[in-house]
Amino acid sequence: MDEAAIEVRGLRKSYGDVEAVRGIDLTVSVGEVFALLGPNGAGKTTTVEILEGYRERTAGDVAVLGHDPAHGGPSLRERIGIVLQSTGIDPFLTVRETIDMYAGYYPKRRPTDEVINVVGLREKRDTRVNKLSGGQQRRLDVAIALAGDPELLFLDEPTTGFDPGARRNAWDMVRNLVSTGKTIFLTTHYMDEAQSLADRVAVIAGGSIVAEGPPESLAGRDRMKTKIRFRTAPGMPSPDRQGTMRLPDGSYELRADAGETTKLVHDLTGWALEQGSGLELLEVTPPSLEDVYLELTDSGAGSE
Amino acid sequence: MSELALTLRQVRYTNKAFWRNPAAAFFTFAFPLMFLVIFTTLFGSGTVTINGRELNQSTYYVAGMAVFAMITACYTNLAIGVSFQRDAGILKRTRGTPLPGRSYLGARVIHVVLMAMILVTICALFGWAFYEAVLPTGVDLFRTVAVVVVGSASFAALGLASTPAIPNADAAPAVVNATILPLLFISGIFFPISDTAPQWIDTVSKFFPVRHLVDAFLGAFYGLPNFAFSWTDVLIIAAWGVVGLALAIRFFSWEPRR
Repeated sequence: MDEAAIEVRGLRKSYGDVEAVRGIDLTVSVGEVFALLGPNGAGKTTTVEILEGYRERTAGDVAVLGHDPAHGGPSLRERIGIVLQSTGIDPFLTVRETIDMYAGYYPKRRPTDEVINVVGLREKRDTRVNKLSGGQQRRLDVAIALAGDPELLFLDEPTTGFDPGARRNAWDMVRNLVSTGKTIFLTTHYMDEAQSLADRVAVIAGGSIVAEGPPESLAGRDRMKTKIRFRTAPGMPSPDRQGTMRLPDGSYELRADAGETTKLVHDLTGWALEQGSGLELLEVTPPSLEDVYLELTDSGAGSE
Repeated sequence: MSELALTLRQVRYTNKAFWRNPAAAFFTFAFPLMFLVIFTTLFGSGTVTINGRELNQSTYYVAGMAVFAMITACYTNLAIGVSFQRDAGILKRTRGTPLPGRSYLGARVIHVVLMAMILVTICALFGWAFYEAVLPTGVDLFRTVAVVVVGSASFAALGLASTPAIPNADAAPAVVNATILPLLFISGIFFPISDTAPQWIDTVSKFFPVRHLVDAFLGAFYGLPNFAFSWTDVLIIAAWGVVGLALAIRFFSWEPRR
């Protein structure tokens, strides 16, 4: 049986007159890393908290590991791990005691020391929670969610507020989890996070899914033009090529259609060599997920 | 693991965290003894006439402070502690695990009932050593234990029931003290309700559970003829506890109230 880990059809959620989620459909396969990407207030947390069983939905069908999360009870909760957006851990227990305590709630557990190693808290295992840094507490959050050896892990903005180094470490940790076959449902407002972790991304804006697909080809990203920028050495003529733009800082920009980039770069560098010179500061920039995202969520409006 | 085993296991962790929190442990244990010493030093040399008989005030305060300790541990500290845990997101996290909610809260209640028993024992021994309090034996001991268990469990239920009325953790001490302090004053915890006290105080205090806990404890602990022990007091306390439990089940929130 090839059952999806998460199946959502026509999900809606209203708070009073405000419709936070306006009819979304999602399917997450077993073993997949799925990222729900969107700006703050787009409906990410509302959606994930409905899937986790914290919120009741207004309408729609939701199945998480075959259960309706609104009535899943312990039999569903013992198969999922939840990392909430903000942490709340008893400050007076140690790392090991905390993980032991939570592990005891689950029928299937992972050995505490193994979990501590996965999140990289080995040196802190006997430290009390109130002596941990924010990043370490966040890792403990993940450790707690792993204590019951869940099949499906929810990560709600796992790296918000992290410095770049801590974020890289967190990503490595998530990749480790993926290699053990877990299904991961991630929400984030960082494009690079979705790009680096997710097999598939859905972009949510204003309570609706506006695009869905693998990060490489999301919303036609793979068909968007690649940007080529360079400067010419002093005394060189302008490149004689259609579509070349001269930018205010004196550099040149060209856009290459998908599949044309290699040939265009080849032509340009060949031309520069013929001139007995080279291209300075040559940049070849494929369309970023961020470009797609800003376009989709309208948050880039006015910045062009 | 059965739900009972899960609950008892949770009691152990609750207890571990409790003793490592210096503020909680200090206020729960040091306060009643400090009050006992202060009140006995200030007023303890006199006597008070209750139900037509005289009693040393110092002896009276041993019982008063034992009840005060129970109520502080079970009502005040539980309500404030649970509000903090709710606002910190600890309750929400627990809600996302297979641990049944009643196991988690049941563990908190069992823990404060155990703390209450230790507190009452300490107050009693302290009173026996310094204030000529007579320790209960036989049927008095049985009644005392029954009053402590029913009383502490009921006030713990009322403590849980009060948390939905607490908007956030910062407001918790204010809300909790506003509800309990007036009752402590009119129920004979700090000042014995002597025969010369106004009638209305007696009438009002007998509506609420604190007065019945004081009366039941005095009757059970001392077994004196002027403090006839009555199971009616215990039943009234238990009834308040059941109402508290029902309200807690109906309105309890696992997530911060915003």
